[in-house]
Amino acid sequence: MLTIERELVDRIVAHARADHPDEACGVIAGPIGSDRPVRYIAMANAERSPTFYRFDSLEQLKVWRGMDDRDEEPVVIYHSHTATEAYPSRTDVSYAAEPNAHYVLVSTREEGEAEFRSYRIVDGAVTEEEVKIVESYG
Amino acid sequence: MPWAGSPYDLKEIFAMAIEVRIPTILRNLTDGAKAVEGKGGTLDELISDLDVRHPGLRGRLVDDKGLRRFVNVYLNDEDVRFLSALETPVSDGDSVTILPAVAGG
Repeated sequence: MLTIERELVDRIVAHARADHPDEACGVIAGPIGSDRPVRYIAMANAERSPTFYRFDSLEQLKVWRGMDDRDEEPVVIYHSHTATEAYPSRTDVSYAAEPNAHYVLVSTREEGEAEFRSYRIVDGAVTEEEVKIVESYG
Repeated sequence: MPWAGSPYDLKEIFAMAIEVRIPTILRNLTDGAKAVEGKGGTLDELISDLDVRHPGLRGRLVDDKGLRRFVNVYLNDEDVRFLSALETPVSDGDSVTILPAVAGG
């Protein structure tokens, strides 16, 4: 299960809407082992594409070093689908390489409401999980 | 010079290692180590050297077409794809970082 604060969900959805029809992507870092997403980092989609995303490799190095320095890990890795449902594509699965991460997908295909779903992707196997949105971790 | 006929290769003796930072997903090949050390004149040689002590590592980074598209390899602060990929020269004291590329459709 992914437990996440509403403000973080709102930021992810706002990013996805802002970049629509291109895919948006980013990370929420959190303390290693805590499973708690805390520090929101929007990333550039180096592909600037409606069907593909890729973190800019140099930006990624900077962000990953920043997490290392703070003893954090990527707790959430998110991206948007802009014309299809919020379910991992075959490409998403083949790239997924953070076994501890919650892979969040947002679909912006409907203008009115954004679909927000979360998955574990380990060794090519996709498992959808419950998303629990809280006002605050307390 | 008194050491001119030295049987030792001084360059070999004083060779400093190159630090290679390993991402979580590959630490099963390094006994959990976050960083390992290796040597070589190019990234290609360095990766082969690492594979001797951490068998399987090379196969995760390189295929017959070169560097796998699923990984990013950095020499110091540069993505080696913007340098000379596997042929990128490396030298003592350099730091190499491996990260899984984050991408999808």
